[in-house]
Amino acid sequence: MTAQSIFLLFLGGLVPLMFIAYIIGKNKALKMIQCGHKTHSQATQYGWFSALYTGLPVILVMVAGVLASLFGVDAIPKPMLIVVALVVGVVALLVIQKSITKDTKARDNIESLIKGVLLFATFISVLTTFGILFSIVFEAFHFFQRESFWHFITGTQWDPDTAFLEGASRDASMAAAAKFGAVPIFAGTFYITFIAMLVAVPLGVLGAIFMSEYASSKIRNTIKPLLEILAGIPTVVYGFFAAITVAPILVNLFAKFGLSASYESALGAGIVMGIMIVPIIASLSDDVISSVPQKTKNGALALGMTKAETIKFVTLPSAMPGIIASVLLGVSRALGETMIVVMAASLRPNLTWNPLEDMTTVTVKIVEALTGDQEFNSSLTLSAFALGLILFVVTLVINIISVQTIRSFHKKYKISTL
Amino acid sequence: MKKDLVSGALDNRKESIYAEDIVKIKTQNLSLYYGEKEALKSITMDIYANKITALIGPSGCGKSTLLRCFNRMNDLVPSCSIKGLIEADGNNIYDPKIDVVAVRKKIGMVFQQPNPFPKSIYENIAYAPLMHDMVKKGKECDELVEKSLRGAGLWEEVKDQLQKPGTALSGGQQQRLCIARTIAVEPDIILMDEPTSALDPLSTKVIENLMLELKKHYTIIIVTHNMQQAARVSDKTAFMYLGELIEYNDTEEFFVNPKEKLTEAYITGKMG
Amino acid sequence: MKNDYFYIPQIEKRNAKAKRFHILVSSAIITTMAFLFFFLFTIIKEGIPAFKQSYIQVDIEITQELVENPYAINATLDKDIAKFISRSWTRSLPSQIEKNPDWIGKTVSLSALTNADVDQYLKGNNHKLSQDQQQKLDKMYEDGIIEFKFNKIFFTTGDSKIPENAGFFSAMVGSVLTMLVTMLIAVPIGLMTAIYLEEFAPDNKFTQFIEININNLAAIPSILFGLLGLAIFINFFGVPRSTPFVGGLTLALMSLPIIIVSAKAALKTVPESIRQAGIGLGLTKWQITRDHVFPLALPGMLTGSIIALAQALGETAPLIIVGMIAFVPDASTSIFNAATVMPAQIYTWSGMPEGMYIEKTSAAIMLLLGVLLSLNAIAIYLRKKFQPKW
Repeated sequence: MTAQSIFLLFLGGLVPLMFIAYIIGKNKALKMIQCGHKTHSQATQYGWFSALYTGLPVILVMVAGVLASLFGVDAIPKPMLIVVALVVGVVALLVIQKSITKDTKARDNIESLIKGVLLFATFISVLTTFGILFSIVFEAFHFFQRESFWHFITGTQWDPDTAFLEGASRDASMAAAAKFGAVPIFAGTFYITFIAMLVAVPLGVLGAIFMSEYASSKIRNTIKPLLEILAGIPTVVYGFFAAITVAPILVNLFAKFGLSASYESALGAGIVMGIMIVPIIASLSDDVISSVPQKTKNGALALGMTKAETIKFVTLPSAMPGIIASVLLGVSRALGETMIVVMAASLRPNLTWNPLEDMTTVTVKIVEALTGDQEFNSSLTLSAFALGLILFVVTLVINIISVQTIRSFHKKYKISTL
Repeated sequence: MKKDLVSGALDNRKESIYAEDIVKIKTQNLSLYYGEKEALKSITMDIYANKITALIGPSGCGKSTLLRCFNRMNDLVPSCSIKGLIEADGNNIYDPKIDVVAVRKKIGMVFQQPNPFPKSIYENIAYAPLMHDMVKKGKECDELVEKSLRGAGLWEEVKDQLQKPGTALSGGQQQRLCIARTIAVEPDIILMDEPTSALDPLSTKVIENLMLELKKHYTIIIVTHNMQQAARVSDKTAFMYLGELIEYNDTEEFFVNPKEKLTEAYITGKMG
Repeated sequence: MKNDYFYIPQIEKRNAKAKRFHILVSSAIITTMAFLFFFLFTIIKEGIPAFKQSYIQVDIEITQELVENPYAINATLDKDIAKFISRSWTRSLPSQIEKNPDWIGKTVSLSALTNADVDQYLKGNNHKLSQDQQQKLDKMYEDGIIEFKFNKIFFTTGDSKIPENAGFFSAMVGSVLTMLVTMLIAVPIGLMTAIYLEEFAPDNKFTQFIEININNLAAIPSILFGLLGLAIFINFFGVPRSTPFVGGLTLALMSLPIIIVSAKAALKTVPESIRQAGIGLGLTKWQITRDHVFPLALPGMLTGSIIALAQALGETAPLIIVGMIAFVPDASTSIFNAATVMPAQIYTWSGMPEGMYIEKTSAAIMLLLGVLLSLNAIAIYLRKKFQPKW
């Protein structure tokens, strides 16, 4: 029996049951009203009350049953589960019908049920955070049980080939031990991020100054949507562009100067990543710069300063915390960016200062480790979670700092009374 | 002479009219438009040197707009256009050959809300003179900062904390800091746009006394919504209504013996 | 004329500096815009040719034998022409004959799909054809034996190892299925969470903690959601890999915080006076929310949800991790079958060495960008049209 037909069968039982419960509940209330009783709630509310509290136990039983089978409690046959759930529903219906009196607080009960459902949804949303944290920490912990944490963060050699043999269930005792020294991977990540920021920070911040201080509203209304387009381009598209268009251009360009650049150079990936981040920095910085009050700028203009001097002396220093925060958000985006580097950077961990050489990043290694036909428990697969943990911690810290900075910046300029 | 409402304030004034009246700013048929809307209607008035001229009137009457014409702050409003003539010491300030930066250096402005820069007290004052190449960095500049702070009556209070951010001062101190940085660029004329409306009465008193001190060296134009303040500090008062200059006279004459019905209605509180 | 009254030393120098600064900031925007246009131009230039495909006119004598062994036509045709025809077309010959049984025994003039090299040569791209073959092709093109037609294959088939037979259809279907899962999970849960946090939750430390959590979640690198999907859905719950179901679940978790944050913002714009009026009428909290607050905030909530879904539609990294880069020749019909999605297809094609995949990738990008831009345009339209004016 497929999941779909089980689901349909379940609904086929539940919906009529709830409908019947609604009719009975409503009629009972109507009768009470006809007899001249003053009921606590309206008749339809009694209907809803009886329908919802009939359905609730059915759904709970069903969910409990499905969860039980997921956690390996030996298969309760699905049809039986449905029957049990619906029987529970019928019992609940009978109990509720008995208990409805003119004093039953149907409205309040509906209210608390709805609140419960909403709270449950919130609970799921929050669970996601912990899901990420626990799944990554748990697997990373497995990894560090096998490999030394110290070596992971200080070793300069990443050579998991023998781990691959182990993952493929081959005898690895003859091979050299796998090396999981992640320094070259972190170095590549930070280096490419650095190149990206060299592109993104000047373009983004200066662009934001243009938009907030120089552009007429007409130009601004043209540029903003264009920047939104740039921000909305999927990263896989940027990656394609980096690999197919930008890389050859760079190789040819540097060949003219007698330099040999790799087709997977850090420079190419970094530049395209930088362009991707420009709209993030530009639009956040634009918000921040625009919120510097005109009265502060007027003070400088009235002293006979040029517009540029006013911007440099007054506007930018006022907006600086917000600008730094937006740059930090850009950095965190760059560190976690995956597709551009997967497509335009290389797989080879390479510790170098030369931007024309190929390098790899944390995200590339995560993708590489998880796309092969590996056993889930191999060291190589688990290494992806260790890398993911570091990425999670670093980006989380950066995000918290920058969000707090932006928030206090906005507070300062909105609540400021003087 | 009917000395009623404002007479007490008038008596308290320290200085009276100077012997000779020199015209500092000459305004002729000045009209200002925001797009289609005429915000100032053909204003003609002379502002006299070393006097405090007060512009009063109900809100929206155009008094602040007129003030902003004098140092071309209205240039910042894109839809704003101007007809007519304003001359300062015989120089047309809207002459295309004249740089707006130079106009604003010569004609300084203090705003309604104190707006110190997000920098130290020292930098707040020193930046503009350095930019204008009036002083060299170092001792010369230090002296100018001290002189300006003394001029604004703030030196004694802040001399030990010049590196503190200007925004850390109290409201009244901030406003005096703004006055200090304005006089640091050695303007000829100082425009004040309701300079005390955001301050407490004590700070207001300090600033008003400062203004009386400053007029020895500068020509001051002040916009105020407070008639008592106009009566207390100004030598000349102009009343504006709906973009028109209704009456302009010596302050005493203006308050004691208004010529126009509208003025009378306004100063006696029958119209606000 | 030098004016003594309005005189500042070095004013020209300062003005020149101000002008240079203006030019500097303008050039930053111009550079960014230039990149955008260069980018769009390159993609469109590369992608447009993919929408047409060359076909060659061949006369074939249809026999019963061809149904069993379609490759026998190679013997009957001109040697060169046989080399120009796509293998995939030859392979599909039997099914064509089955559809038209009256062909058997006749000589039929058919329009045959050419192979990638022929197509690329005629489009002026890299190819592996000999000088002789090139001349022959030029002649046939002039004679109208070879002609370009609209590339229907691209819109009707799935991925293929034969470049000329590769299409985007199954990826589009995969994306639709995945988005359905994402939407059905993320939108209701997201909106309910936002309503709870904004309308019902008490303002205490716990609520603030939840809100901070959700804000941070919105900025976590997307690939980490892939790790979550792999570790929890696939490894722990045993959801099948590579399916729209697991992909949709993963993307749903990624979209949740974005939907919650924008929905909360939409609820915040509903003025407090409306809630107070409801309380004054003796309505319960839920009645006020359902009948008065929710309808007013709905356009804003929809806008945020559409934008979040558009972002999920373009997302690749987490889907790679949960295996949605499978080779999928036929469109998936269920959310529990292996499928690929549009961005993942773009990723796999971009790694192919054959030139024809480059133009197909570019065309695929054009389609994807087209969908994303329309989604965003719809969102902006909704926001503008239904924006409440207080």
